[in-house]
Amino acid sequence: MSETPAPSEPIENLPSPAPVPSALTENPPSPEAEVPRRPINVYEHPWPVRFCHWLNTVSLFILSASGLRIFLAFPSFGPKVPQKTLIHIPPALTLGGWLAGGLRWHLTFGWIYVATGLAYIAYEIFSGNFRQILFVPRDIPGVWPMVRHYFFFGRKPPETETYNPLQKLAYTSAILLGVLSVLTGMVLFNPVQFSFLAALMGGFHWARVWHFGILCALVLFVIGHLVMVILHGWNNFLSMLSGWKRDPQRLG
Amino acid sequence: MSTDLKDRRGRSLTRRELLRLSPLLALGAFAIPKLQLPLLKSGVKFTDWASSKWFRRTHLAPTFADSELTPLAKFYVNTYDVDDPGIDLNSWVLKVSGDVQRPGDYTLAQIQALPKITHNTRHVCVEGWDAIVRFGGVRISDFLSYVGANRNSRFIYVECADDYYESLDMATALHPQSLLAYEMYDRPLTREHGAPLRLRLPTKIGYKSAKYLTTLKVTDILPKAGYWEDQGYPAYYGL
Repeated sequence: MSETPAPSEPIENLPSPAPVPSALTENPPSPEAEVPRRPINVYEHPWPVRFCHWLNTVSLFILSASGLRIFLAFPSFGPKVPQKTLIHIPPALTLGGWLAGGLRWHLTFGWIYVATGLAYIAYEIFSGNFRQILFVPRDIPGVWPMVRHYFFFGRKPPETETYNPLQKLAYTSAILLGVLSVLTGMVLFNPVQFSFLAALMGGFHWARVWHFGILCALVLFVIGHLVMVILHGWNNFLSMLSGWKRDPQRLG
Repeated sequence: MSTDLKDRRGRSLTRRELLRLSPLLALGAFAIPKLQLPLLKSGVKFTDWASSKWFRRTHLAPTFADSELTPLAKFYVNTYDVDDPGIDLNSWVLKVSGDVQRPGDYTLAQIQALPKITHNTRHVCVEGWDAIVRFGGVRISDFLSYVGANRNSRFIYVECADDYYESLDMATALHPQSLLAYEMYDRPLTREHGAPLRLRLPTKIGYKSAKYLTTLKVTDILPKAGYWEDQGYPAYYGL
C-alpha cells in the first residue's frame, strides 16, 4: 500500500505502488482531533493487475461459453456407444453456433488466456506482489475464523494483512485452477504430443473430466468473488478499474 | 492530508489510470461482424502452426493392449454422407499422381505386398469421444517410397468414393504410425469403416483419417484443405 502523500509531494509520483504490502496500521489519533477526518484514497491495484484482470474476465467468459458449445457435440463422459447424455446444456449459454464455431473461439481465446496468465504471474513474481495473495502454510489457522465470520456470523477476525487468509486461499486456488485449465486443455487438444501430461491426469478421458470440473470450480470462484464484491461495496469495484480505493478504515 | 479523488488533480489521475486500460477496447474487434471471422480464422491458423511446431516425428502415439480395445461393435461409425459408397472391391484401384516417379493405378494386392503394421491406438473424434481401435495396413511412408514420391513435397491429398477429401502434411504422412489401413481388428476393413483402404493417423484428429480412398496425390499446392476444414475446422489438427 502506498502511503498517504504529503501535500508537497508531486502528484505524478503517486501511482507507483510499494510492491511489498505492509500491514494495515491505523493512524494514531492526532492531537488536533477536532479537524474532521475523511477516508483517504489508497492505490490498491497496479495497472498490470487491473489490465490482466479485465482481459482475463473477457477470456474466461468466452472460453466457458465456447467450451460448452464444444461439450454439446458429445455431452457425456462415458462411451460413445451407447451414448448417455449427462448434462443438457441450453444452447443459449454457448458461443460459436456449432462445433467448428465453438472451436474457433476456444482456440483463439485460449492463447489470449495463456498470454494473460503468463504476464500476470510474471508481474506478481517480479514485483513481489505475490506475497499479498499467495496462500502459505501460516495462513491455514486463519481460514476457519474467516469462514465462521462469513458464513456463520462469527466475529470478524482482526485484519493483519491486505487480504485475509480465506481471500488468499481463494485467489491462490483461482490461479492454480487457471494453470490446470490450460494443462488439461493442452492434453485434450494434443493428447499425443503431451502424452506425459495425459498420463499424469489419468489419460485423455480423465483430462476431459478434469477440464470440465475445473470450469465448474472456476464458476464457483467467480460467483463467490462477485458476492464478495457486492457485499463489500462499490469502492472495491471502482478500485479494480482506476486502481484507487477510498478506504473508510483509513482516515487522513 | 488526503488526496481526494474529487479534486481536479485526483480526477486527472483517475482518468490516466483508466486510460491505461484502454488497449482492452481492442477486444471489441471480435464484436465487429466483418472482423470477427478473419480474427477467429487467424486464431485457428496460429494454433495449427503452433501444434505443427511441437509435432515430433519420433514421438509415437501411445499404444494399448488388446484387452483395452473398444469392441468393434462399440466403435462409432461417423460419416458425413453415406456409410457405404458402394465401391466395387474387385475393380478398385488407388490412383496415384503428383510429384511421384511411378504414378498410376495401384491394386490392393500391390499395397498389401508392402510390410504390414498393426497397432492399437486411440482414435479421437473432434466431438470429444474416443475409442481404442486396432488397425492394420502399410506405412504411408513405405508406400510413398514404393511409388517414388518426392518426400520434400509439402502435402498428401486424397479423394474418397463418397466425395470426401482430405489433406495431410508430409511430416505426419512420414510418421511411422501413419497407415494406409486395409485391416481393422485383424479382418478386412468393413464397408462402413472405409473399405477397401483408408487413412489411419494416430497423431491426427479423427476427421483427417479419410475412408474409401480412391486417389492419392503428392503435391506442394492444395486445391482444398479438406471436407470439414473448408467449413471451418482446423486444417492441421495434430493430436
